[in-house]
Amino acid sequence: MAEFYDKESVRAPMSQRLQRFEPPSDTQAIGALVSVTIDGKELKVPLGTTILEASKKVGVRIPTLCYHEDLCVAGVCRICVVEVEGQPRLQASCAYPITAPIKVKTHTRQVRQARRHILDLLLSKHYGECYACFRNNNCELQALAKEYGVDFFRFGHPEKPRYRIDRSSPSVIRDMDKCILCRRCVRTCIDLQEVGVLEVNQRSNRSKVITFGEKPLGDVICINCGQCINRCPTGALRANDPTDDVWAAIDDPTKHVVIQTAPSPRAGIGECFGLEPGVPLTFEMNTALRRCGFDKVFDTNFSADLTIIEEGTELLQRLHKALVQKDKMVRFPQFTSCSPGWVKFCEHFYPEFLDHLSSAKSPQQMFGAVIKTYYAKLNDLDPKNIVTVALMPCSAKKFECNRPEMCDSGYKDIDYGLTTRELAQMISEAGIYLPAMPKSDFDDPFGTATGSGVIFGATGGVMEAALRTVIELVCGIQVEDLFAHADITPVRGFDGIRFMELPIKKVGPVPELLKGLFEDWDWLVGATLKVAVAHGTANAKRVMEDIKAGGPCSECHFIEFMACPGGCLGGGGQPIPTSPEIRAARARAIYAEDAAYEVRKSHENPAIVRLYTEFLTEGPCSHLSHHLLHTAYTPRGKYIV
Amino acid sequence: MIMPTETNQLTFSKVPINEGMKSALQKDRGEIIAMVSQSGLKGRGGAGFPTGIKWNLAAAAQDDQKFVVCNADEGEPGTYKDRVILTDYANLVFEGMTIGGYAIGARKGILYLRAEYTYLRSFLEDLLERRRRTGFLGQNVMGKRGFDFDIEIRMGAGAYVCGEETALIESLEGQRGEPRNRPPFPVNTGFMGHPTIVNNVETFAWVTCILVKGADWFRKIGTEKSTGLKLFSVSGDCSFSGVFEFPMGITVAELLERVGGIGAKAVQVGGASGHCVPASEFDRTIAFEDVPTGGSIIVFGPDRDMLAVAKNFMEFFIDESCGQCTPCREGNERLLEGILMLEQGRCSMRYLRELCALGETMQAASKCGLGQSSPNAFLSIVAHFKDEILGRAPVAD
Repeated sequence: MAEFYDKESVRAPMSQRLQRFEPPSDTQAIGALVSVTIDGKELKVPLGTTILEASKKVGVRIPTLCYHEDLCVAGVCRICVVEVEGQPRLQASCAYPITAPIKVKTHTRQVRQARRHILDLLLSKHYGECYACFRNNNCELQALAKEYGVDFFRFGHPEKPRYRIDRSSPSVIRDMDKCILCRRCVRTCIDLQEVGVLEVNQRSNRSKVITFGEKPLGDVICINCGQCINRCPTGALRANDPTDDVWAAIDDPTKHVVIQTAPSPRAGIGECFGLEPGVPLTFEMNTALRRCGFDKVFDTNFSADLTIIEEGTELLQRLHKALVQKDKMVRFPQFTSCSPGWVKFCEHFYPEFLDHLSSAKSPQQMFGAVIKTYYAKLNDLDPKNIVTVALMPCSAKKFECNRPEMCDSGYKDIDYGLTTRELAQMISEAGIYLPAMPKSDFDDPFGTATGSGVIFGATGGVMEAALRTVIELVCGIQVEDLFAHADITPVRGFDGIRFMELPIKKVGPVPELLKGLFEDWDWLVGATLKVAVAHGTANAKRVMEDIKAGGPCSECHFIEFMACPGGCLGGGGQPIPTSPEIRAARARAIYAEDAAYEVRKSHENPAIVRLYTEFLTEGPCSHLSHHLLHTAYTPRGKYIV
Repeated sequence: MIMPTETNQLTFSKVPINEGMKSALQKDRGEIIAMVSQSGLKGRGGAGFPTGIKWNLAAAAQDDQKFVVCNADEGEPGTYKDRVILTDYANLVFEGMTIGGYAIGARKGILYLRAEYTYLRSFLEDLLERRRRTGFLGQNVMGKRGFDFDIEIRMGAGAYVCGEETALIESLEGQRGEPRNRPPFPVNTGFMGHPTIVNNVETFAWVTCILVKGADWFRKIGTEKSTGLKLFSVSGDCSFSGVFEFPMGITVAELLERVGGIGAKAVQVGGASGHCVPASEFDRTIAFEDVPTGGSIIVFGPDRDMLAVAKNFMEFFIDESCGQCTPCREGNERLLEGILMLEQGRCSMRYLRELCALGETMQAASKCGLGQSSPNAFLSIVAHFKDEILGRAPVAD
């Protein structure tokens, strides 16, 4: 939580927040320990530790529902109540900071009865059958019902739905009949992401989570990041699932169905099969996908490398225009555009900054355009019979592939976006236990990938990949000369906003690929490239406000933005649950995979070199590349009619 | 227009204006708080938290900004004593707030006025303006150098829950009126994160009286644990409804005698969130150690249907729960359903026991005082009037 928690900036009301205990500054209380006894086990904890945190340290389990490690504390579900000696009433352990020695009992008769009552009350409003729910066996309410021995509906059970399911968004579906009003989605949206699409309306038993004016989710300023899905304890929020359509395409013999797999799902999909977080199943997945019936399995890393070339070239062009041609219209910093959640966030909240967004499409969309043109020609296929599926850790990718402008190949560049969870479902349906699959490689002609593509999955990865390529193409040196093992560690990690400066002391010759665009690099000598990385739209907002105010971010040349906390590995399509530890484990898997690649720099990817030799012969940012690989954005604003 | 309310002789009417403040500003802060503590004054809103302790905590808190908030969100069904105080003795309240500000080191006071009392606003604003002009508010209050204090009136929007102090603060900050997690308490982290005392209208008025008449005067009235006088808003099946001043510790029977409520079968003490005292317990005292109250007394005559009474209260809570915590949001609804089943003669004893257990869970596990007290009326009516509410003729569908 500390990684995103910044007291000054949280927008959720105080009633929705744990008010951290702050010892008076003039005492020695800072860092002081206080003793607490939990179920007879005594321990010392720093002042202000909550009972819930303390109980974890002694291995006492307290059930929670509205509590989530990533979010501010609401203390509203009351399932975590415990008895504190001397207090007449039960206390919510998630919201009780320990400031004096106390004795806590976590499962007295009264506590057990209260928890059972709370579960019964929640179930009396929770409509739906567990069999027919995508969260079956992965539902926190269901798990607690089992844990507390719910064997009948003490206070009844709804017989018919009260709300219409909102299917208006291409990314997120809301079924409020399953909502238990824990408000995690509200806190995720307003506090973690600072988007603020969801709010509680009405009070008492009429209260419900709504969008502005109860408009359909597809019509409000939702950025489709899906972080709310990952934090919903029940099945009230889910991604728009195209699995049936994908199966239909696979079953249709006239269709050539190809799938590209992004780096993050590989690091997460094992969790859907009961593995610990952080076990990559990249090559097992290739086999499983072929057995499911996909005709070809491609690696999104290929188009990630392509993005680096196009986006990096665009950056060099902007720099050239600004430094050499003294063009005042060039906008800096340039923003990355591979996170569709971030792009929509920018379109809604900062439409005046759309010139800053790189015009390069995201890797998913670039790949789609390449498959339906270059690949189709190469294999003599009619693009109308090609179905492109993208396995992504993301719910916003579903919106992105449905953007009307994403049809530059003459067809929908990407037909379906699948989340990690949905693919795990398909694999299970095919009777496959993924971890037991033999390994196999990706298909040609895009088979070989690089480490730079892989790290796109983690926050800072796009920046690191771009820097690896820019350093080598411009400075004419090896990245390894500057950074051991080519690991550009300053841009790694989970700090909300990270900066790095790279002074360009000497330059090399212009490589073959860019000769059509630049004569030499001499104009860059002495310049210092300033870059920044931000993940989570709350941090993105901080960067944008800093740019508006003329702060340090405004002096940057290039900024990587990821809509989701942790980057794609924490995406809204990844396995549920999520927590800082789970995301860190996935990040370790991703960086380990990068380290294992022989080729770790995008511009050295032989498939990329081949693409520019055979197809995009005029080079990066040329006319054809602009037609297929670049896009434009829509100023949307915040006020939706 | 609101009709004048029947009262007995109130102490407030005999306290000269601004005497309390004059006396307070001659003392230092510690002395004032010691005096309030010594008087034994407890919060008149109903919770009965010792005012002296509250002020002491806020005075001890380190912060360059502190706030005094007067809770005039008088929403408990059956209470209207604060309306009378604000109509007739508002100066005593403003004085009390100023004294509080001086005692804890605050420069700003806020009167949080119930939306239904909007008609009082311009009258109160005029009073405040007059106090500013005459030097009883503003910079260097009453010539006391370095003591600046002003009072602002802010309006509620009609939510009962905003009478809960943290929900009130939340509402003052422009948020949805929902109670916060406690601890920390407002005395440390209140309005805009600064130390804040939130006291009832009547509490502030009594502070002024204590400064005029002395702590011992107050302490000698009432019981040992509930000192002083208290205003009661009396309504229901009695001859004289209105606002009455009685000493704390008065028995229910004595009170009934004074208001002409002899023959009542029950008295609801403390409003919807209070307790229903049956005739067999009329010798109980109205005091924080026995039957606590914020001042609401509702008398139920022999012909009242107690199930209808319980139903009315539960409907009120279902309307007014803020809906954030599960026990209160869902629990009240289940209790009302139980009452409807009782009405139709379809509630089994087993289910009624289950509902009573649920009521206890609500009292223990709800987030704030609303949910913690909403089952009180239900539970006490079921406990004392079982014969009356059970055994109704079953109603066919």
